[in-house]
Amino acid sequence: MSSPPLVADGLGKRFRRDWALRDLTLTIPKGAVVGLAGPNAAGKSTLLSLAAGVLAPSEGSISVLGDDPLRTPEILGEVGYVAQGAPLYRSFRVEDTIEYARRTNSRWDREIAVELLTRIDSRAKVGALSAGERARLALALALGKRPRLVLLDEPFASLDPLAARELLQLLMDGVAELGATVVVASHVVADIQRVCDHIVLLTGGCVRLEGGVEELLESHRLLTGPRRPLGSIRGVREVVRERYSGRQLTMLVTTDGPIVDPSWTVDRVSLEELLLAYMAPERLPNVRKMERVALRWHG
Amino acid sequence: MIEFHLDQQSGVATYLQIVRQVKDALRLGTLDVGDQLPTVREVVADLAVNPNTVAKAYRDLEREGLVVARQGRGTFVASTLAPASLQPYAELREELERWLASARVAGLDEESIRALISTTLRESLARRVA
Repeated sequence: MSSPPLVADGLGKRFRRDWALRDLTLTIPKGAVVGLAGPNAAGKSTLLSLAAGVLAPSEGSISVLGDDPLRTPEILGEVGYVAQGAPLYRSFRVEDTIEYARRTNSRWDREIAVELLTRIDSRAKVGALSAGERARLALALALGKRPRLVLLDEPFASLDPLAARELLQLLMDGVAELGATVVVASHVVADIQRVCDHIVLLTGGCVRLEGGVEELLESHRLLTGPRRPLGSIRGVREVVRERYSGRQLTMLVTTDGPIVDPSWTVDRVSLEELLLAYMAPERLPNVRKMERVALRWHG
Repeated sequence: MIEFHLDQQSGVATYLQIVRQVKDALRLGTLDVGDQLPTVREVVADLAVNPNTVAKAYRDLEREGLVVARQGRGTFVASTLAPASLQPYAELREELERWLASARVAGLDEESIRALISTTLRESLARRVA
């Protein structure tokens, strides 16, 4: 019962010669709402497919609710997985889809599914639904299992902002009801920053940043100040990213104490800014070099 | 009943924003002893936030003795942060209004005023720490 919902240990997945995921080690805490962030092709879908038992690891191991999803496929009955694009049978009617789910899931909860499907005509063909309705149907199928772990791959990809917001509300309401752990993969940080309390940021198949949102926000600051040779600034542990604009230098730093140096303006950083900074492809090597060449930085 | 709002760009954790909004309301007297806070489900439905986050904010407030959770009934305000009299607030506010008026006369726009207030506040607090 108390084993973490998702544990990866040295996990790797190779497609022919290319590694989609490499040396991934992480533990998702129970009850967390995890934002799985990263640019396209960072390995987000691969990780979710491995967790859902759709793919087999090339190396290392993955454990879902305490079991190996390939060796103990029964565990997948407690995992609600919605693949990218919410694949459903387009020629089925909504009610057939629900009936199929009811018959194939021993823990089927009609109430939850019904709540998600209000305002959707149950006799409509799935292929005739709007993107928002289809997303809701897919979520209903996933949550109707009363899963302990929910895995959603880019659930907001084809939705307008209103439909995305509504889906998020339904998802969070389901989480409140079920107490499930959720992993939502999205390359659009704005979509998930509202809800996630834990972040796993993948870039190039590796974990670039991982941790509780609150801790991440507390341990990062944005410093703005005059351009000048940098000694060390008290309270700054590491410079993550820096950029010049005119006569001003802006740095995203990790802190190990309060920064009181009056020559710097210290600001908090939003989760979106933080993730974008870590996502940027090249990490600027060292501060001295930066003094000579002003690089442009695209957020 | 208090209604929460979120600023995603502030860099302040969601649960802290909720804690602060409750405390502000307690300070200003818009929430009083016995008032009920919205349920976790209500806040989730309203803001599309993570229920764990709301629960955490309420737990924090409870630990500080500001609210009390009654099983099956909801979360209620247990004590207030409003000063015995709101008199000093009113006076300080008037002074601030006068200051703002002179700042505007001096040609400062809203952003400059904000910048001036926040740097002064920060430096003043830093001096007290040092």
